[in-house]
Formats: sequence, C-alpha cells, structure tokens
Amino acid sequence: MSATAVEYEPVIGLEIHVQLKTRTKMFCGCELSFGDPPNVHTCPVCLGLPGSLPVVNARAIEFGIMIGLAFGCEIAERSIFHRKNYFYPDLPKGYQISQYDIPLCRGGRVGDVRIHRVHLEEDAAKLNHLGHSGRIHSADRSWVDFNRGGTPLVEIVTEPDLRSPEQAREWLTLLRATLKTLGVSDVNMEEGSLRCDANVSVRPAGSSELGTKTELKNMNSFRFLERGVRAEIERQVGLLRAGEPVVQETLHFDPASGTLTPLRSKEEAHDYRYFPEPDLVPVVVSEQMRAAALAALPELPADRAQRFERELGLAGDRARELAFRTELANYYEAALAADGEVDPVQLANWIPALVERIGSSTDPALSRVTPAALATLAGMVSAREVSRDAAREVLTEMVAEGGDPREIVARRGLGALAGDEADLGAIVERALAADPDAAEKVRAGNMKAVGPLVAFVMRETKGRADGGEVTRLIRERLGL
Amino acid sequence: MSELIELTAAQAAARVRAGELAAAELFEAYRERAAADELNAFVWVAGEPPAERDWGALPLGGVPVAVKDLFCTAGIPSQSGSRILENYRPPYTATVVENLARAGAPLLGKTNQDEFAMGSSNENSAFGPVLNPWDTTRVPGGSSGGSAAAVAAGLAPWAIGTDTGGSIRQPAALCGIVGLKPTYGACSRFGMIAFASSLDQAGPLTRDVTDAALLLAHMVGQDRRDSTSLAFPGPIEPPSARDLRGVRLGVPEELTGAQGGVDPGVRESFDAALRLAEELGASVEPCHLPHAPHALSAYYLIAPAEASANLARFDGVRYGLRLDAGGDLPTMYSRTRAAGFGPEVKRRIMLGTYALSSGYYDAYYGTAQKVRTRISQDFDAAFERFDFIVTPTSPWTAFELGSKTADPLAMYLNDFCTVPMSLAGIPALSIPSGLSDGMPVGLQLAGPAFSESRLLDAAYALEQAIGFDGAPARVAAPPDSAEAWR
Repeated sequence: MSATAVEYEPVIGLEIHVQLKTRTKMFCGCELSFGDPPNVHTCPVCLGLPGSLPVVNARAIEFGIMIGLAFGCEIAERSIFHRKNYFYPDLPKGYQISQYDIPLCRGGRVGDVRIHRVHLEEDAAKLNHLGHSGRIHSADRSWVDFNRGGTPLVEIVTEPDLRSPEQAREWLTLLRATLKTLGVSDVNMEEGSLRCDANVSVRPAGSSELGTKTELKNMNSFRFLERGVRAEIERQVGLLRAGEPVVQETLHFDPASGTLTPLRSKEEAHDYRYFPEPDLVPVVVSEQMRAAALAALPELPADRAQRFERELGLAGDRARELAFRTELANYYEAALAADGEVDPVQLANWIPALVERIGSSTDPALSRVTPAALATLAGMVSAREVSRDAAREVLTEMVAEGGDPREIVARRGLGALAGDEADLGAIVERALAADPDAAEKVRAGNMKAVGPLVAFVMRETKGRADGGEVTRLIRERLGL
Repeated sequence: MSELIELTAAQAAARVRAGELAAAELFEAYRERAAADELNAFVWVAGEPPAERDWGALPLGGVPVAVKDLFCTAGIPSQSGSRILENYRPPYTATVVENLARAGAPLLGKTNQDEFAMGSSNENSAFGPVLNPWDTTRVPGGSSGGSAAAVAAGLAPWAIGTDTGGSIRQPAALCGIVGLKPTYGACSRFGMIAFASSLDQAGPLTRDVTDAALLLAHMVGQDRRDSTSLAFPGPIEPPSARDLRGVRLGVPEELTGAQGGVDPGVRESFDAALRLAEELGASVEPCHLPHAPHALSAYYLIAPAEASANLARFDGVRYGLRLDAGGDLPTMYSRTRAAGFGPEVKRRIMLGTYALSSGYYDAYYGTAQKVRTRISQDFDAAFERFDFIVTPTSPWTAFELGSKTADPLAMYLNDFCTVPMSLAGIPALSIPSGLSDGMPVGLQLAGPAFSESRLLDAAYALEQAIGFDGAPARVAAPPDSAEAWR
C-alpha cells in the first residue's frame, strides 16, 4: 500500500471566546463599551493598579450558568478562579483571572458536538500596533486601550468532534445563534465579541487515534474559519503524504493571503504557573441560582429547528438555515403570526430571497420589508395571484422602497395571467410558431428545450405569467 | 508640649472629645516631631493640618495616625518601600485609611517599611533602614518597622501596619509597643499594596492595649471591594479585665522549646510573664501544635508564590519606574524590574516562580497548602482545651543593623513564632513583657478567629500587671548616627 493512497480524515475541535453582554466588567464596576475613545472605561481594578482587588460580577456567573444549562453541562456547585501568569502589555496585573481545574461547567453538547468545558475569565486589553504588520514585534509603537480589559468572557472548549471545515463553520453558526438566543452576548465576530481558535489534526480514515494537532488563531469570521481550517488540513495532509511529520505549534491565520504562519516560539512557550486566585472566594452555585437560570432559558436554536421541521413541515436544511440565525427565525415567526393563512413552507422559501436582497449580515427586521408584507407576498404567490418571477421583482421594490405588495402589483400591472387561458394560450401559440425547432425537440421528449419557449412567453407577458402554467400549456398544445 | 506626647492616643482622643484639647494643637505637635524624625521612620509627613472638622464629635477625636507606606493614599506617595514605585501617587485611598479618617484619625504621615513588606528588620527598604529608638544601632524589626519605631519614639500617637507572617507583631515586640494582627478578613485589604494576598492583614501598632482596641474598632468591617473581607461579629469595646481568672493559656512546646532557639533573656521575660498570668488567675499548661515547626517552610513557599504574581504588575508599562530598552519589550521588562526591585524581593519572586512552575507545583505549593491546613487543624484542636496560645513574639530582641543581612535564613527565623498564626488566619497580638539587656521583649497571645475582644481583654490584664514603661524610647535624644544610614 503506497502512502499516497491513504485517505485522511480531519479532526477538528474549537475553542471559542465569547464576550458576555453584562452591564459592567468581570471584576469591577466599569461599563462595557465598544468604539468609545480609548481608556475612558477604566478604574484602579481593571488597570491593575497596586492595592486594587477583583470582585466577581454576579450577572456574569448567572450568564455562565445559563450557558451551561443550555448546553446540558454539569454545573459545578463550587468552582474556583485561578491566576494564569504571563507578561504582556495587554495584561495589566501580569496574570489573567481565569478558571483552571474546577471550571463552572463541564460536559454537555451543542448539536452534534460534545462540549468539553465552559469557564469564565476576563478579557485582555486591546493593543493597537502602529506599523505595517499590525503585530507587536515589528510595530513602530504600540498603544494599549484598557476599555476592553476586564470584559467578562466565557471560554467554550469542544471535544474534537468536527470532521470538515464546512461542518465547523455550520456548527459555529449554531453556537452563535444559541448564545444570541440566550441573550448573553452580541456574538459579533467582526467586533470581537465572538472569537474562535481551532485545533486541527488529520488521521488515516478509519483510524481511531488522533494525529498531532496544531492550533489556529485569528480566524475572525465564519469564512476565515472555514478557509483557515481547510488550508491547514491541506498543509497537514501534504506533509504526511511527503513522509514528513506534523509539528505541534500555534499558527496565525492571515486573511489577506489566506496563509498560516507559526507564532514565534517566544510568544508561545508559556508556563502559566496557574494557582488559585487568593483575592477571590469560590463561586458557589445554589439551587435557587440554578432554578432561576433554568426558568430564564428561552427555546434554543437546535430545538427551534426541530420544531420548524416537526410542526411546520419545513425541510431539515431550511429549518436549520432559519433557526441557526436567530434574527431570521424571529422574522419568519413574526411573518407567520401576521398572516394566519400563509403556507409555512412557502413563506420559508421567501426568507432566503429576502436575505439575498438585503445582505446576509443585515437583520431583516431592520429592512423596509415588514414581516406582514412578506407573508402577503408569499400568500399571493401560493394563490397564483402573482407569478414567482413577478413576485421576485415586487420583493426587490419592497426592499428598496418598502410598501404593500398588493399595491405594487396593481400599480405595475404585474398581476398573474394564469386564470386567463385564452390570452396566455394565444401567446403560447405564438411562441411555438416562432421557434419550431424547440417545439419539435420538446415533442420528441427533450424537456430541456422548453426553456426558450417559456422565455418567449415571459418576455411577452413581462413576467406576469406563471412558469408552471406556461409549461403545462406548451405540453398541452404539443399533445404531450 | 512633651505633656501632650505623654498622653496615649485614647487619652488624647478623650480630651479632644471632652473639649479639653484642640485637635489641631495635637496634630501640629506630632507633625513637628514626625517632620524632625531622625530614625528614618517616615517617608512622607503631612505638610499641613487636615481640613477642619468637628473632631470632638468623632470617636477618634482627630488623633492623627501614621500609615505604613504600602497603604494607598490618594495623591500621596505610596511606594511600598520600593524603588519601582518611587513617587507613585495613587488615585484612590485604601479602605482602612478611609475608615480611620471617617472615624476622626487624619493622616499624619507614611512610614518606612521593608520593600513590599518582605523583611524582618526594615533593612530592605529602598529608602534606607529605620533605627530602633531604644538603641539606634539596632533594627526596629519589620516589615512595619517605620510604624513601630514612630509609635515607640512618640513621633506618632499610633500607627497602622500590615502583618503577613509577623510584620506587625515582631517590630512591635522589638520596639516595646503593642501590635495586633487581626483575624484574616477582619480588615479590608482594598488599597493595600499586596505582598501575599491570602496572608496580608492590616492592624494597629500602639502604645498600649487600650489604644489598639480603639484603633482596631474603627479599622474592621466588611468591604464590598474585598471579597475576602468579613463582617466583624460584635463591637470591640475598650478592654477592662482586671484579672485572668478562668483563662486557660497553652504554651506550645514546638514554638517555645529548643527548636525555637529562644534567647535566654527573652525566655526569662516570657517565663516571668507566665508567672504573672498565673498570679492573675490564669492556668498555664504546655500544649502541642505538632505541625507548627513546618510553618516557616510552608510560609516561604506560599507567600513568595503569591508575591511572584502580585508583583508581576510592576512591569514599567503603566506606572512607576520604566527603563528604556530601545523599543524591545522583554528587555524593557527585565531592565525595569532589575533596577526597581531590591535583592530580597527578587529572591522571593524567584522562589515563588519556581514553586509554581510546571512539574514542581504539587511538590512545593501543593504540599505547603496541605501543611497550612494541618497547622489550622492543630490550632482548632488546641483551642478546644485552651483560650489562648502564648509564645514569645520573637526569639530575640532587636539586633544590630547589618548583623543578619548576609544570612536570609537566619533572618527568616525571626518569624518562627508568628508565622503559624498567619497561616491559620487567626488573631494574635504582641505586648511588651519587659526588657532584656535594656531592649524590649514581646509576648504573643493568639486566639481563635474573631476572638479579638477577648484577646485584648486578656492582654490588658497582663499589661496592667507587667507595668511596662515605654517612656525611655520617647525621651531618647535624636541619634547622631542617623545620618550615616541615609
């Protein structure tokens, strides 16, 4: 068996840092902020001034418990904070207060992926490096902005259950939707409130042993995560096929070039010298705290997707597409509620069309298209009052100008011709006459040739005809 | 004016409250003495009197307090005896200092100390050693040496310090005054520049037990800014016990036997104090703290480990000393810390870093924590049979300046009798039991957590019977040798 014949299977685990949406920081009373002038949300505690002491933010603990319950984790009745020691200018105390061997949550599952642990910690300050590379060792000068320093974070570590870059990306959207639904974070990758590192290894398909893993950092978008992981899998498989070993190291993803470069060993070789934080007492989770968090849990995206499938008859892919983006699912349910008559499956098909027009990062609730208007439009299509193609045009206008679909259809004369068989029949006759070759091919059983005929009718009717109806009439005229 | 200086702080406060003494006059008398300090006890003295208040209406009557350098005081140098914090002026004030100011004790000055409270002789201060007012060729003890010397010499009516392994009790003993380390958590640590967080505790250094009770009463209290602080159960009343009837005193053989290396003169004074206690009605019996001899070893792993992290923030990035390194970050760190920290601080940072290192943690830090638990259990067991544990505070009296600096391990033995109580988090105080060759000897009493009121009562009864006279240190002429140490 030659080495090149071996198929490799990727094994991927993720480490996700999520900024919690508390009012104040993890260990002091400074307000959380984004985009404010530097160093305005600071105090002796988050600046690490001599003599200052941390005090745990109770809300952050509540959020941590909610996350743990949502993931089905075991919540520690008593967990403790540790100091993680290293020197860096973004770390004012010279240590990060984090959790180590007794985290708040262990075990659990999100979708198909098992959760290893969830723990609480504080975010570092933000470094801004002046100079071409944006990295510290070649910067001309570096500034520290302590506004972010001390923001509550949860670190979520998965088991290595992911098997492809696409699956990693889709799972991260589920995680994001879950956290968003819980209301514990803004989970915005661009703003850094959701940050993802990946541990990647490959192994011969069918093997149960794990290969040597590398850690990928700085993949600060869903696309970059997928690209970075794919590039690393290719790199590792290339090494192994060439008979070279994979070296355990930390790699920095450069989105501009799509390449991975090793971090300098100086930045990597840490002995963090963890020890229990003597300035804090253990976090004790009482039965009341658990019960309160449990009562506050909303329906989670994985459950919502199942409900869309089971109760509304949506296909699995469509159900997940909506449920894993909370704002889409919320919009969809608002539209359903606005129109009791509309077919849920038909309505669901119109959400991607709307997203395509407003951009995938926009919340449809913030668009000019109200949920009720979209439901009306979907209902008109189902009732054949307007053709699918004409409805798309109507939606484009609704996105641009807002407005009521019935009014737009009436004003622009886009009403369907389906019911008026005589008129449509005459146009179909003209189409067959205009392109006898196509007509002959269709008669001979080549249904692909129907395209130019339908297109003729659509041109003539300015898109008002229903494509399905036109095809039916063509077949009828040709005696099929 | 010398009459004023002879008043204890509690007496002075009572006079102000009775309208017989102007607080401003008292403040100025002490301010002048502190400003003329030739013991190097102060590193900063108030330039002007505090804003006028109705001092007579306040429990502490405007009697000013000297504060150890490591307490943060807004806008006033708070340097913890270190070059790395030279001229550092914090933007906020420590809770304990605020509490005292609110109760009517304004800030007189900041007192010298061993750098980051690491030391037993005050010779580790970046601002020079403090001289013992009983004999200026000798050390005052440490690390709260400036506070102890200032109170003993009558440069301050009273003072506060911090005790991590004996840093209040030992200098109090060596300077012939009273020093109390409260129960861990009784006083807020917020604003105390940390040495070892799980051990550090603020406490009073005073001329007598009554002053200690009065000052302590206004230091304690739960602070929402310190999660390890606790509400003090019940009020701390002025001590009043006349005898020790029914009080059971335990003398731990492990701390007072041959292992302790107790100096004969100290031993003699200690034995005399025990006989007095018996005369006052106490029972005195030997007891055992089997793990106490290991306390020093455990302490010198736990305290340096915590210190190695606590002192990591002094990196030259945000405040304090920074040495230029041509833009290279690791070089800036190492140059700044090499220049900013003294040798004892560096020694402990390295000890602590080593003890926490991967592969050594269990053997060192982990084992030390287990020893700490055993020591606590030893005390719990002892307090089932005894009300208080008594020992000499320090195995010896004040030693010559420079005599122990070359041998860190000999210096660490200063804390042999005080460290076990620190590890157990229990209150302990030192009162003068007499003189040995003209130098004060300290007697330590320790009780269960939050037994401060009872402890102060017992100490008061003993103090009255001992009748120690601290006046010689106050009338001592300004030493000519002081300049040599600047």
